[in-house]
Amino acid sequence: MPVTVTERQEHPRETAPERDKHRGFGSVEVLALILIALVVFRNPIATKIGEFPGLQTWTTVFVSVMVQAMPFLVFGVALSAVIAVYVPREFWSKALPKHPSLAVPVAGAAGVVLPGCECGSVPIAGSLIRRGVTPAAALAFLLAAPAINPIVLAATAVAFPNNPEMVVARGAASLVVAVAMGWLWLRLGKAEWIRLPHRPDLDGVSKGRAFWSSCRHDIIHAGGFLVLGAMAAATINVMVPDRWLQTLAGNPVLSVIALALLAVLLSICSEADAFVAASLSQFSLTSRLVFLVVGPMVDLKLISMQAGVFGRRFAFRFAPTTLVVAIVIASLTGLVLLS
Amino acid sequence: MNRLAQSVILLLLGGAVLRAALGGDAIYLRYVKESLQPFLIGAGVLLCLAAVMTIFYELRHGQHEDDHHGHHEPRVGWMLLAPVLGLLMVAPPALGAFAAGQSGSARLQDTYRYPPLPQGDPAQISVLDYSTRAIYDKGESMKGRTVKLSGFLSQGPGGRQVLTRIMLSCCAADGVPLKIGMEGNVPDGVRDDQWVEVVGRYSATTEKDPINDGDIPHIEVVEWRPIDPPRNQYE
Repeated sequence: MPVTVTERQEHPRETAPERDKHRGFGSVEVLALILIALVVFRNPIATKIGEFPGLQTWTTVFVSVMVQAMPFLVFGVALSAVIAVYVPREFWSKALPKHPSLAVPVAGAAGVVLPGCECGSVPIAGSLIRRGVTPAAALAFLLAAPAINPIVLAATAVAFPNNPEMVVARGAASLVVAVAMGWLWLRLGKAEWIRLPHRPDLDGVSKGRAFWSSCRHDIIHAGGFLVLGAMAAATINVMVPDRWLQTLAGNPVLSVIALALLAVLLSICSEADAFVAASLSQFSLTSRLVFLVVGPMVDLKLISMQAGVFGRRFAFRFAPTTLVVAIVIASLTGLVLLS
Repeated sequence: MNRLAQSVILLLLGGAVLRAALGGDAIYLRYVKESLQPFLIGAGVLLCLAAVMTIFYELRHGQHEDDHHGHHEPRVGWMLLAPVLGLLMVAPPALGAFAAGQSGSARLQDTYRYPPLPQGDPAQISVLDYSTRAIYDKGESMKGRTVKLSGFLSQGPGGRQVLTRIMLSCCAADGVPLKIGMEGNVPDGVRDDQWVEVVGRYSATTEKDPINDGDIPHIEVVEWRPIDPPRNQYE
């Protein structure tokens, strides 16, 4: 099936060549000025932040999320550059079943081999679509990879030593959601919703240059959106005190919705979320399963990165749908396996 | 943002990550677990390489190709300055009393096996070890022994200070506090966030953290002294 995914121009207004030539003051100069200003005002800024414990905690949490995500982002971006530059297009048509409906579950199950958290899988899925993989299969991979890889499942087993069924429930529910979303995309999705950012033409340049160009572009792009997501997550972390949750734990329906929303807002790395879920022991196992299934698929930093990599029109349809599907499937899995 | 500016940002980001991971003050331990260090070094090196290679190709092939393509990268890339500033200029401290006061107490897991305490009198153990032995082993394995714990002070239930340590699974965003109530010769006149070393004995008292109904064990303090924060402030 031919895939017609368009690339968008980031700033069409500025593409006129004459505008560039007349700009005497470029981004390097702006950058230099910002840095000089910050070196000069470094101490007052650090002292000021220290005066507000809430702001300081926000800064700590923000920096932590970024430091934790950085290796996953960088290695994910490097892997997606390898896919873009070194893996021939024919490979994907051979590796995946021809029929899109079959390619979806195969791609979803392939998520097992990618040990990492969700930050890395967004650029990889974008790269797969560019290389001609049908979007439905790439999306199934995007949703499954952060949730069902061995590291995440092992972390879940460690976090729930008395409930090994949690590992099975998490793996099964996540894979089902990923495949269901892939098939849903085949029925309802429109290729024009996905608009990959315009990327420098990689054809006709040396492989090395294409590799580094792809790395640079993806780190700047996906990384920028990761920063926005990390800021939102840090805000929620500081603003929502634990005691609000306590009042919701008793009601089975409210607790599922509360933990699903908490998973979206907190945006915890999928390798750590099992430990957070374990610590929410006032909640039922089913609602904690919902937390574990939703988190790696829909959260603030993912929505932000998806909007950046696939376009807003895509992200604002895909994320809410995934949220609903994940809540329903995880709740049903919980009813069957955990009660 | 043109490619040169992007490579400067990549270089700054890579430098900041390497500085945090390799500096003698081990800044990265304020934010993540020690086991992430090799991955941080790898990521930092790759970021710096990406910057150097971008500059290399830019200088070799020149700017002229950009003119007719108009390769303007999104402005969102500027946001990457935020973590650079956070790491290089602010380097905020590890989570402390403010964060501990907002979150409930960690809910611990029964490990079912409680080996004898380590040698020494008092025996040095972690806050996590003490809490687990106090809650699930009812202090059996600590009978007749004195233990030494270190942590910082934060506000516990009823406005009394508790000995606190924050436990990480991955990074500070998932940190949960371990709190221990103190009886007997408790630290006084010490502000929150100050680190102390406490020597004491098991106390059978426990209370509930009003924030999340988690258990807070107590310790009978014999003596205490203020200390400097340890290299790794998390457990």
